[in-house]
Amino acid sequence: MKNSYVGSAVERREDLRFVRGRGQYVDDLAPDGLLHAVILRSSVAHGRIRSIDAAAAVKIAGVHAVITARDMPGGPPRIAMRLQPLPEFKPFEQSVIADTKVRYVGEPIALVLATSMAVGEDALDRIVVDIEPLPAVSDCETSANGDRLLFAEQGTNCAMTFTAECGDAVAAFAIAPYVRREKFRTGRHYGLTMEPRGVMAEWDAATGQLTVSGAAKVPFFNRRILAKLMGLPEDAIAMVENDVGGGFGARGEFYPEDFLIPFAARQVGRPVKWIEDRRENLMAMNHARQAQVDVEIACTRDGAILALRGHADVDMGAYMRTNGAVGSRNVAQFMSGPYRIPNIDVDVTLFMTNKTPVGTYRGPGRFETDFFRERLFDMVAKDLGLDRVDFRRRNLVAESEMPYAIATINPFESKDQFDSGDYQITLDRCLTEFGWDEKSKLQGRLIDGRWHGLALGCFIEGGAAGPKETAGVTLNDDGSFTIAMGSSAVGQGVETVFAQIAADALEIPLTSIRVMHGSTTYLKEGYGSYGSRATVMGGSAVVVAAQKLLENFRALAAKELHVPPEKLTMADGQATAPDGRRLTLTDLSAHGLSAEGSFSNNSKATYTYGTALAHVAVDAKTARVEVLDYVVVDDVGRIINPHTLHGQVIGAAVQGLGGVFSEELVYDSNGQLLSGSLADYLIPVATDYPNVRAISLELHPSPNNPLGAKGAGEGGIIPVGGALANAVSNALSSLGVEIRELPLTPPRLWSLLQKATASA
Amino acid sequence: MPVSFEVNGKRVTVEVEPRMTLVDCLRHQLRLTGTHVGCEHGVCGACTILLDGEAVRACLILAVQAEGCKVVTIEGLSNDEALTPLQASFRRHHAVQCGFCTPGMITTAHALLTAEPDCDADRVREVLSGNICRCTGYISIVEAVLDARSAYRTPESQS
Repeated sequence: MKNSYVGSAVERREDLRFVRGRGQYVDDLAPDGLLHAVILRSSVAHGRIRSIDAAAAVKIAGVHAVITARDMPGGPPRIAMRLQPLPEFKPFEQSVIADTKVRYVGEPIALVLATSMAVGEDALDRIVVDIEPLPAVSDCETSANGDRLLFAEQGTNCAMTFTAECGDAVAAFAIAPYVRREKFRTGRHYGLTMEPRGVMAEWDAATGQLTVSGAAKVPFFNRRILAKLMGLPEDAIAMVENDVGGGFGARGEFYPEDFLIPFAARQVGRPVKWIEDRRENLMAMNHARQAQVDVEIACTRDGAILALRGHADVDMGAYMRTNGAVGSRNVAQFMSGPYRIPNIDVDVTLFMTNKTPVGTYRGPGRFETDFFRERLFDMVAKDLGLDRVDFRRRNLVAESEMPYAIATINPFESKDQFDSGDYQITLDRCLTEFGWDEKSKLQGRLIDGRWHGLALGCFIEGGAAGPKETAGVTLNDDGSFTIAMGSSAVGQGVETVFAQIAADALEIPLTSIRVMHGSTTYLKEGYGSYGSRATVMGGSAVVVAAQKLLENFRALAAKELHVPPEKLTMADGQATAPDGRRLTLTDLSAHGLSAEGSFSNNSKATYTYGTALAHVAVDAKTARVEVLDYVVVDDVGRIINPHTLHGQVIGAAVQGLGGVFSEELVYDSNGQLLSGSLADYLIPVATDYPNVRAISLELHPSPNNPLGAKGAGEGGIIPVGGALANAVSNALSSLGVEIRELPLTPPRLWSLLQKATASA
Repeated sequence: MPVSFEVNGKRVTVEVEPRMTLVDCLRHQLRLTGTHVGCEHGVCGACTILLDGEAVRACLILAVQAEGCKVVTIEGLSNDEALTPLQASFRRHHAVQCGFCTPGMITTAHALLTAEPDCDADRVREVLSGNICRCTGYISIVEAVLDARSAYRTPESQS
């Protein structure tokens, strides 16, 4: 009998330890002889380092060493980019520690090793750093002026311009009967994880082996970078993945500390651990999202989109980090969203500023660009006197157009296509679930002192980032199986999901499977968890490895039973000969059966798609917004575990709501971070958004992998900005309020409302 | 200086610096690592423990302030044999993703349900609003806590 774990709401095996407080996160490790690292970070956004004097610090009892750039022969190395490593970006890459210049508040200057964090922090106060301040570049406008340069030798603060092109936008605009041009901006957010980052390194001088705990997301990539920076062979380094308290794109990239801590451990010959505190986390972990756009759309009078063109500026912060270009590329590539736009000419310029460098945060570029596009669409529909739902319906890519090629991104000529789907279905289902026809009667009405507004947004979510993933299956002596994964766990529940996939593929009980993931010790090669890829890519690799193992089992059973392999009937973990003799996997468990498999998708992404609808009430006096209902419907191709999937979609939606209404990393004109605590950077709490619903469908499996699954970890966050900004604008439409900037913080919306009320 | 208190039913005496927080003492000296540290400034609630039965933030209390108190951590609310009804409810409702906020959530919810086993959804949300979860969006957590209420109405099923 075949299993059907895939598709079932299997309870997570991870939870058995998490709910008892038995998870093991990197800060839970404390080997003998451990030294604690604390980092002195720049309090100046832009300046020249004149001197660093640590003499008084090293005299403190319990302080073991202070490490600065001077301790690195040949100067501190730079961290190479992982994604889009274009030569143009090279000069903007970050050194592992500041050497002659500091370029953002929070940049590492010195590392203290001490017997406790408290003693280390005492020592920080005794290090004297003399920095000659330089005028800061705190926004894209100042950056574009070019009179204050972060990298003087470059002669510019502009790192790159990406272009997205298809058709002939110039020609289309020349003859268009209707055009509209608008400017929008999104603020700075980041993928705050509840567990701050942490690294622990142990150097074994006798064997030349380095063990690094605290790895996440992309341990194999990071090992490659670290090996190069440390001058070690890759196999001399083991990256160990512990339990990880959230990823969201930000955690697990190669940061300066991922070099500094191993370097320090080798330097002093003792285990060294660094655990980030929350203030550091706010200024040191990758930021994201800050972009502004000047965009223009061309349509026929009856609402067919003819062309889209425009320009966006992205505030990159001080350095090009490992995945720093992804958000900007996505702003260019996905401004057209799930819609048929035959002519596109969008370019996106990356400007360096004296702020924390950017990287990816769940739905990178897509959250931003969905807000830009869906706001624009509502304005267009209003101009043309068209129903906002019909306008979208008319322009969604049709099922008959699949696979649908999207705009080409340059300079690297990246092409992509939507894989499968009927985008009308999620739109229709969402309208029904939400009760659009009935609720939209409230549109723009003032009821009991609150303005009601409703809106929608359609989206696509790229997933299954290529190129490849690996998995291994081993039959243990006791008849159980161990699955080893190149994918990483960042809290999504991959142990459970991969066990489900493996149990179905091997036709054995779920309880017989153990899943090992992330660490570089289980497999020769692995890729990790980013771009909504773990379930699709890792899961497909498990299927391949399991099939290989069953083939090995068939061959071995045939030998044992003295029958040709093709005569065996294979089912339920048994090989049965024509005469009825049979061998089970357990019978052969002593033979060391194992198989490795890999899955390559030739970088063909999957595209989950969907629609989100929102209903808000805006207090006419205070501008407080209540989200009365939010519904998102998506089609993820195939659902492996409805529980974990639903959790991803709802969790992402609420994260998105935080980004719409409260989360913002604010800087002043000197490049000082003003939101340096969780009392300033406001994450949603349990009372904020109780009315969020999500429905996931599995109507159009992806043709690009054996599971038919599509990446689904990010879609929940993508449409939130557009749908909510439209809903608030619609609520206040009689006052002429049009939202053009996120986040819609209480003061920002209140002043918009004040201005509108005053002029009304 | 020495400080003595009860942790999960066991009396302990620990040598601490006066400036050491209770959460650092629990995690680093007593090696009870189930209590997590998420912000160290009293906002996130990951370090929530029970101090004389009340849910408090162990990052805002000095270890020396626990002198003579009864401290219960997530380890004290757990056993090897089976999940408690509250823990099982968290699992059943998929109220856990990365697990980092979970011990604080469970401890806060345990204190609430012990005192108010008949609380409604609004009350659960209000009390849990002091604990930040970045993964779940809270909906499943609120459901899990509501679903566990019945277990707290009969004294013997409390842990």
